Parts: sequence; structure tokens; C-alpha cells
Amino acid sequence: MNSMLHLINKSPFERTALDSCLRVAKAGSSILLIEDGVYAALKNAAHAIKISTRMEDFSFYVLGPDVAARGLGDTPLIEGITVVDYEGFVDLVAEHEVTQSWL
Amino acid sequence: MEEWEESGPEVVKRFMYVNRRAPYGTIYALECLEVVLIAAAFDQDVSVVFLDDGVCQLKKNQDTTAIGMKNFSRTYGALDDYDVEKIYVEKESLEARGLTADDLVIPVEVIAADDLRDVMAQQDVVISS
Amino acid sequence: MAYECNGATIEADEEGYILDISLWNTDLAGLIAEAENIEMGDDHWEVVNFLRNYYDEYQIAPAVRVLTKAVKRSLGPEKGNSKYLYELFPYGPAKQACKIAGLPKPTGCI
Repeated sequence: MNSMLHLINKSPFERTALDSCLRVAKAGSSILLIEDGVYAALKNAAHAIKISTRMEDFSFYVLGPDVAARGLGDTPLIEGITVVDYEGFVDLVAEHEVTQSWL
Repeated sequence: MEEWEESGPEVVKRFMYVNRRAPYGTIYALECLEVVLIAAAFDQDVSVVFLDDGVCQLKKNQDTTAIGMKNFSRTYGALDDYDVEKIYVEKESLEARGLTADDLVIPVEVIAADDLRDVMAQQDVVISS
Repeated sequence: MAYECNGATIEADEEGYILDISLWNTDLAGLIAEAENIEMGDDHWEVVNFLRNYYDEYQIAPAVRVLTKAVKRSLGPEKGNSKYLYELFPYGPAKQACKIAGLPKPTGCI
């Protein structure tokens, strides 16, 4: 059982949720980007380095339906981020002892 | 109300709508689009700016089937029918997200912040959301 | 309010716009038209179908000025003018035709 699943649903451009999570979360945690949080997964964005440099510390996931809704299905995402569907979301919640939503 | 529209407005003001939010995560983008269409239907001089995460509203290939929301990115295509022809996208915001004008659903004028401030200064009313 | 159509109850708002666009069919359109005192002819259907296509493409019901302009572009100037459209739909081409087409109230109509 992994320790903690962190949910980020805010855009990294306008909120500090992702920054705070990356600063505070314990290595080995999982981070799932949902809703406007999926913009953090954009490979060619200025902030991509925030996630790409932390691949060894965390397992990153992004919610596919939210990626598709925002027209990012054809846009390069940061390598190493796993795309999950709603079932995968449920599995992640079940696999972790604690889920934390960074609202 | 439709008869009134036919006769045209008495006063035309310059309205600028500044979109700064991503679509779907919050209601701001959709609400602003509706306000823009309403203002344009009343023959006002409307311009629309996409800034910050607002540029994401115009991203091509949005598919909202799985999230069960209306894909309103297609409605931007009707702006031209509403005579909203001044559509600006801030260059810096686009670049920060790794996007280009080719990634957007409609033709826009990509404008640098340096020039955008002059356009903004010419408005009678500026509404940001 | 609601429409009773082929044994089904189709919910509508207080002005008669149906709430769930996916429940629309041509029988229902006929019923709504009847309630609006409009006898549907080919010319009416042409505008109603035009509106449904417009909604399909842009996800909005256009305001009357926009409808007129778009009709003019697709069906020509003899149909894309207020006189023609108001003759077909006397209480407002956008409002009445949208209602019959099962669409929401036009965006830009308060």
C-alpha cells in the first residue's frame, strides 16, 4: 500500500497548489492531475520542469477525460506521466491509504 | 426584444472582455462567452482578449464527451456571425503554454503585451473574468 | 409546462422551450408549432432545420440578426432578410423557430 495520493485540480499558472504539493509531499507519493490541473502536464509549457525534474520522487498521473476535454489529446505531455481513465482514478484511490485534495 | 434589435442601438460603446480562465474547471469562461454574445447582439463594439489560462479556451480538438459537459469551444466559431471580429490572444500567454496560433479553433490576432495595453487603453468598458 | 407527444411527456420551461434537446423529433416540432399558431410548411421546416444545423455546429441558438445573416449566406438574400423570416414566424424568427427546433432561447435575446 502506497502512502498518499495527492489530487491537483488547479491550473499551475494561476494557483500554487502544485508548487505546494511538490514542496510538501513525501517522496514515494503519487500525484494525480485532474480538471484544470491537467495543464501542469503540458510538455512544451514553461513550467514543465516543475514536474519533469521530480520524476524520481513521485509517480505522476493525469486524468484522460480532462485531458481530452481541454483539447490536449493531441498535445505532447511530459514523458513519464501515466494517463488514467475514471476507473484508473478509482483504482489509485483504492491503492493509497490516504487521498489528499489540494483545493 | 427582437424588434428593438432591428432598429439598432442609440449608443455604441467599446466593450472589451478579458478572458483569463481555463474552460470547464470553473464557469467563468462559459459565462464570459455568453456575455460577449449578448453584448454583440446589441450592436456594441466588442473586442475579446484571451490572456493567461484564457488562451486554453481556444485550444483545438476539445472533446468533452467523457466529462459530460457541453463543448463550448465550438461556439467561438459563431463570433464572426455576431460581428465580433476583434479577437486578441496575448503572445506571452500562448508561449508560456507551449501553444501557437495554429493550435486555436479560430483565427485570432496574436498580440504582445506591449501592444495589448494600447488596445486596452482605448476601451470604454473593460470586463475581466 | 410540458408537451404530450406520442405518449411521452416532454418537459419544457414556462415559455415552452423544451429542456432536453435530445428528446426533439418532428412530431414534437409540429406540436410546438401548433401551440405557437404556426402551420408548418416547407419554408418553415427549412428555417427550423437550418437552426438545428447551426446549433449542431456552434452549440448555440443564434440571435435574430445572426440568424438572418447566416440564412442569407446559406440560402440566399431572398430568404436571409427580416421580412421573409418574420412572415414565417411572426413573433420573432429566432425565438419561435428555435422553440420549434427544440433549441434553447437564442443567445443574445433577453
